[in-house]
Amino acid sequence: MATSTGRVTGTARDRAAGADGARGRGRPKKAGPVRRSMSQHWYAWAMVAPVVVVTAALIGWPLVRGVYLSLTDATEATMGRTIGVNVIPSTYGFTGLDNYVDILTSGLFWDKLIWTVIWTVACVGLHYGLGLGLALLLNRKMRFRSVYRLMLILPWAIPSFVAAFIWRYLYNSDYGVINAMLKAAGLGAVGWLDDPTTAKLAVIAVNVWVGVPFMMVAMLGGLQSIPGELYEAAEVDGATPWQRFRHITVPGLRIVSSTVVLLGTIWTFNMFPLIFLITGGGPGSSTEILVTYAYREAFTGIRNYSGSAAWGVIILLLLVVMALVYRRALRKQGEVW
Amino acid sequence: MSTATAGPARRRRARSREERGIGSSILLHGTLIVASLIALFPIVWLVLTSLKPRDGWLSSELKFFDNSSLDNYTRVLTETQFPNWLLNSVIIAGLTTVIGVFLASTTGYAISRFRFPGYRGVMWMLLITQMFPVAILIVPLYNLMAGLGLLNQIPGLVIAYMTVAVPFCAWMMKGYFDSIPREIDQAGMIDGLTPFGTFWRVILPLARPSIAVTAFYSFMTAWGEVAYASVFMTGEETRTLAAGLQQFVGQHWSDWGLLTASAVLIALPAAVVFLLVQRHLVAGLTAGATKS
Repeated sequence: MATSTGRVTGTARDRAAGADGARGRGRPKKAGPVRRSMSQHWYAWAMVAPVVVVTAALIGWPLVRGVYLSLTDATEATMGRTIGVNVIPSTYGFTGLDNYVDILTSGLFWDKLIWTVIWTVACVGLHYGLGLGLALLLNRKMRFRSVYRLMLILPWAIPSFVAAFIWRYLYNSDYGVINAMLKAAGLGAVGWLDDPTTAKLAVIAVNVWVGVPFMMVAMLGGLQSIPGELYEAAEVDGATPWQRFRHITVPGLRIVSSTVVLLGTIWTFNMFPLIFLITGGGPGSSTEILVTYAYREAFTGIRNYSGSAAWGVIILLLLVVMALVYRRALRKQGEVW
Repeated sequence: MSTATAGPARRRRARSREERGIGSSILLHGTLIVASLIALFPIVWLVLTSLKPRDGWLSSELKFFDNSSLDNYTRVLTETQFPNWLLNSVIIAGLTTVIGVFLASTTGYAISRFRFPGYRGVMWMLLITQMFPVAILIVPLYNLMAGLGLLNQIPGLVIAYMTVAVPFCAWMMKGYFDSIPREIDQAGMIDGLTPFGTFWRVILPLARPSIAVTAFYSFMTAWGEVAYASVFMTGEETRTLAAGLQQFVGQHWSDWGLLTASAVLIALPAAVVFLLVQRHLVAGLTAGATKS
């Protein structure tokens, strides 16, 4: 027991950092209750501890370090390193908010932000719309239902980097099958990935192809968890199909929808592999979203570690703000979390 | 969970048997057929291209078959580093899965069953870490790995993948644990099990489908990750598949024959496993989604 108590105090301290906002319930009284809550909750804390420790070490520390780097002028040239036996000390210094000012006053950032937002909204909107549509179709009784379901799910089974390569080949302007089809139909070839506009449409199309199955499956699960009695009752009361959809299906799907839309938005916003592997951000940097741009800053040319870290911090802040706003909107409608 | 939903679902399907006009039937099947074709075509084309002879991809004509041969496959397996990369990927993804699932299930159980001080903090942590863009962590992690001498090392990449896999898996496990009635825990407790005992001996066996799903998910995450793999694993020998495949279609030289063949080799096992677990995957994901 002695060892476990020791463990608990350790974990309790670890937890304290993440829990400021949440402790209200646990601490109204003094020392006595603390000990009591310790004996009551130690197993919960012990079970959570590994993840909290791992997260703190692998996300917390790099995060702190990343934020620090973003306030300096660290690049590959100024970063300390060891070459053989020679240790070259770091020469970068603290520059305050310079990196942020540079980024926020550059037109580049706003260009990238606008494109990232368009990319996210277009992709998530299409994922959700098509996913819901297909789920509604698949939720009917019909022949070959499971065959369709299987085929429609298949893109999800392909690892995203493989999907990226497949599509890059399909889009290839000389040997790609899309252009071959256009030619067969008597139309001219299109340099899909050579023009900013078509390249943007192309990457959105790929992401839609990759992402729809997940939404479809989640929606299908949601549809099947709506009790059939509701539809029966509505039918007895003479509700039209549209009314049934509007007043039973939509509210019934709300919880699933809110979760998958939030997850989908975060994933799409941070969708690295597709853009990185299909266009490499090009032509120029027209299809570069914030994440791939920050990556390029950090790992090509002279590695600009501080600039990249500042981009990262800004991206993270954007996402956190978005999640908070989203959560507040949900809460207004009476959601749980 | 599955029995609970199957009942009403089946009843509803019986109900919606209302006659459908022939026109709307055609429309329904037509839409689904078109959607299925779009879903399938790139994959079919990939397989067809990989079966063409060595320079078969260098054709601007629309040909489905063209002297089919396994030439590309033999080249990939004998003339490139592909087998090496494959081995690396399997080891890395396997380790990520085992460690990730273990960590995720204890956490998932704790946040599903107990309301402890810090509960909401943990929930938020799990949600927010999923938002972390690669960009902010990659540089500090790179420096950290460099400092620890873990660059180009398998453990280094596994550690990096933990940051990606664990939060989401814990979130999913929580959703599944939520769907197991609490009475089962209480029964275990009454029989004299400790909370850990209940978790280990009663709940975990019940959660097997969800563990399968979570395991599969984290395997796929590690299997398909690009950014960390491209940066942390730079040696020819230590690349993973996602990093290695980029070699086949570089800026100055590309061989889509090699690429398509290896893509098929990578996607095939993944797709087979996927199709086997997909039923559970659906149940697990929606349990996570509806109960969160």
